[in-house]
Amino acid sequence: MSLNKINWQIWFGFILSVFAFASYPLIFAGWPVTRDFPWANLLLFAFAAIILFAGVRRAFRPEKGRLAKAGAVVSVVLSTLVLGLFVMIAFVSARWLPPSTGAPQIGSRAPEFSLSDTAGQKTTLAHLLTTPIQTQSSDTPVRPRGVLLIFYRGYW
Amino acid sequence: MRGIENNLEKLYEAGIRPVAISVDRPGDTLEMAGKARLSFPLLSDPDLDAIRRYDLVHTGAGIDGTDIARPAEFLIDAGGTIRWVNVTENYWVRARPEQVLEAARSLE
Repeated sequence: MSLNKINWQIWFGFILSVFAFASYPLIFAGWPVTRDFPWANLLLFAFAAIILFAGVRRAFRPEKGRLAKAGAVVSVVLSTLVLGLFVMIAFVSARWLPPSTGAPQIGSRAPEFSLSDTAGQKTTLAHLLTTPIQTQSSDTPVRPRGVLLIFYRGYW
Repeated sequence: MRGIENNLEKLYEAGIRPVAISVDRPGDTLEMAGKARLSFPLLSDPDLDAIRRYDLVHTGAGIDGTDIARPAEFLIDAGGTIRWVNVTENYWVRARPEQVLEAARSLE
């Protein structure tokens, strides 16, 4: 079967949709410029839509059979579901966060804690604020001017 | 946190020590530090002690419906006072290293 006989647009359009979805966490989330607003992924979805549109037009020509038309519809439906899932994950469920109105504000005292590091060793905020920092440029460790506390969801 | 790691030397030069906290246990944080190549401290808060004190508990958001931390960043000065806060509205949008370095300029 030559490439001309296969409606590659219908399949490639779907595959591109899946790539547009998966490339967000796997690739584009690595840089703030493409993560904070997923324009790169939306662009990929737009390309997928254009290709799928061409594929649908091709599948719905009068000489094409029911199987071709059904395949085109399935591909479009699945691709739309993938887009829907992407919009859900990137824009909607990512905002389902607790209000955290009780979080310490600027000017207040940072609550102390005692937690284990990767070696299982306990450390405290006071310790982290006072232990000198070793920099590459200086032989003497520098006195910390502050700690950047990053709370994150976890590794999964 | 890749951005923080990439700018680690700049942050250290500014006297800022990044420290990350999650519910992950030391075994998991060690694995993450290795795979993601993170060299700053990753602290374990499986009982959500610190997470609760900072009011960042996200009930049921973890795998198997466990409680985890919602993402947030705090810049704390040497005296223990909060000087900059970023409680993100979207967990894909995190504090950029440039923002932190800018905020760090006002610290003594």
